[in-house]
Amino acid sequence: MDAVLNIPLEHVLFLSIILFLIGAFGILIRRNVIFVLLSLEIMMNAAALAFIAAGARWGEPDGQVMFMFILALAAAEVAVGLGLVVQLSRRFQTLDIDRAEELNG
Amino acid sequence: MTSLWLIPALPLAGFLILVLTEGRLPRSVVAWIGAGSVGIAAVITGYVAWQFLAHDNATIVSSEWLWFSVGSMEISFRLWIDELSLVMTGVITGVGFLIHWYATGYMSEEEGYSRFFAYMNLFVFAMLMLVMGDSLLLLFLGWEGVGLCSYLLIGFFHKVPEFGYAARKAFVVTRVGDTFFLIALFLIFWQVGTLDVQEGLAFARANWDESTTVNTIICLLLLGGAVGKSAQIPLQTWLPDAMAGPTPVSALIHAATMVTAGVYLIARMQGMFELSELAMLCVTLVGLATLFIASFTALVQSDIKRVLAFSTMSQIGYMFFALGLGAWSAGFFHLVTHAFFKALLFLASGSVILAMHHEQDMFKMGGLRKILPVPYYAMLIGSAALAALPLTAGFFSKDAILLGAWDEPNYGGLFWTGAIVAAVLTSLYTVRMIALTFWGEPRGKTYEISADSLWNPNRVRTVMPFLILGVLSIFGGWIGFEFTKQLFNETEAPHGLLYVIQHLDFVPVLTFLIPLLGIVLGILFFRLSEDDQFRKGITDNSLSGILSKYWHSGWGFDWVYDRFIVWPFVTIARTRTNKNDIVDLIFKTLKFFASLFHHILSMLQTGHIRWYAFTMFGGILIVLVLVMWV
Repeated sequence: MDAVLNIPLEHVLFLSIILFLIGAFGILIRRNVIFVLLSLEIMMNAAALAFIAAGARWGEPDGQVMFMFILALAAAEVAVGLGLVVQLSRRFQTLDIDRAEELNG
Repeated sequence: MTSLWLIPALPLAGFLILVLTEGRLPRSVVAWIGAGSVGIAAVITGYVAWQFLAHDNATIVSSEWLWFSVGSMEISFRLWIDELSLVMTGVITGVGFLIHWYATGYMSEEEGYSRFFAYMNLFVFAMLMLVMGDSLLLLFLGWEGVGLCSYLLIGFFHKVPEFGYAARKAFVVTRVGDTFFLIALFLIFWQVGTLDVQEGLAFARANWDESTTVNTIICLLLLGGAVGKSAQIPLQTWLPDAMAGPTPVSALIHAATMVTAGVYLIARMQGMFELSELAMLCVTLVGLATLFIASFTALVQSDIKRVLAFSTMSQIGYMFFALGLGAWSAGFFHLVTHAFFKALLFLASGSVILAMHHEQDMFKMGGLRKILPVPYYAMLIGSAALAALPLTAGFFSKDAILLGAWDEPNYGGLFWTGAIVAAVLTSLYTVRMIALTFWGEPRGKTYEISADSLWNPNRVRTVMPFLILGVLSIFGGWIGFEFTKQLFNETEAPHGLLYVIQHLDFVPVLTFLIPLLGIVLGILFFRLSEDDQFRKGITDNSLSGILSKYWHSGWGFDWVYDRFIVWPFVTIARTRTNKNDIVDLIFKTLKFFASLFHHILSMLQTGHIRWYAFTMFGGILIVLVLVMWV
């Protein structure tokens, strides 16, 4: 228990930032929809990590409550996202997200 | 008094019920709601009047509500019953109820039965606000309300385009007067600081005298408003065309109540008008000019309703004339008696028109006294009062006006002569109207009236309004004048037969005899057959041809307005070069920038999801940087 508490907040937040940036760059760079979704998951978990760390730092339960929310959100997001992936692959026979540019109204 | 608010609230409730049900109620229910709401209001008015007299004519005021507040100014909403507004309220609800009653039969074969009564109830509400409101702003609310209802009801038969044009004309022409009125309100608020009638008059009495210029300007502007609403020269042209509305509308709005709103306004602002000799003189001259022009015009009309319209104009001219001379009670009394007998005349003419299947040309009527006995006698009684036959209501009021004219110190003789000539003309056109409509033999088609039609003038439900209005037209003058004299503190005002007997002087006797002479002359002349040499000699020479054509057109006012106002305006508005003027430029510039920004923004929408994500991250980054370091 002590070992966990002894990790400084800054380290956790630094890890969170790195994870978030990895996710963000993944979204920007990757063209495969599956990987874009994975990157989104990484970003969300980065945010969740920051919540947990902050909650532990101030001894408040709010951080963990927010984590539960994010978990539920991620599950819902995956359901919708995968539905979109299926539709995309059916319609264009590819997973390249740039092919979806036809959606520009 | 607590029940005062019920008087305007009942017609308003009737209007709301009829509007919200959108004509889904059966006709009998509509008739009960439409006429009943006004009838109950009339009963309550009677109760209020009884209370009023029982408490020694103490002013009755309703509780005060806040209407709205702007900054530190609070506009309250309060009903005010003194002698003046009580008499008006009685006329509006009483005569209004009788006309509503008559209309339940008259309109029974028309479309839009429910719509008709909804508008009529709204009108009664607005008119009551006009007379019962304690501030000029409330008066103005009613003033505009009755204008709206007048517009809606003139254009009631909306399938005929000309009727719609008549409605627009009435609205626009009275709007000219309304603008004067509004400016007068601004001036009063600026100078006095309040729009409350009593406070304003008290202020004028205390701080202004005969030489106050602003008072004269205010009074002249108020006169402008009154002239528009009451169809006086030079804003009179809308009233004859307003006859396009159903006849009960003409009776209620364009004879008994709305067109007398101008008279009420001047009587209400008596304290200010009395301070300005110029304004009073203008009121007199406007009245006298209208009186003359309208009387001559009525003499040559062929449409029965137009005769009555011009007659209304001239009678309101009498009222203005009297007010301007300072014969306040006589003018106001004439308003009341005129409401009785002119409503009666209109209702009778309405029955004639229905019996002739909407034929209004008197030259195609004739001999109707046999098939329409009730309207015939109603018309006789109304005409007797209109022509001031002694002992009818109209005699008392008109006699008082004429004697009031004689008492005017400067131009009394001149005014008296003018008014008495017009009185003779009134007798002549009245007799002519009856002669053409009811006497002699039928000149056109006549129709059988089916006994079960609701408007059949021989049925009891239709006879009752005629009967009550007829009784009022005869006896209304006997009781009323003593009361009206108190309104304006004129206990000395001359009137009536008693006065003639007491002062067996040259002028009162002449005033008494000359209108009578007019009636006799008229009867003698119009009973002649149309082939009679003497009658032909008068009507068929070239001078009378020109004159009658000129008078028939209403002295050319319509022609002048069309040529110099309507035509240039419409032409300028419709020219092709007018499409690209400086006003259009503003809107075109606006449109140009709107579409420019639209194109720039739509370029952002590429469809590349990763580009969207990139701009989003970039934007967040910029915001973060700005928040943290700037």
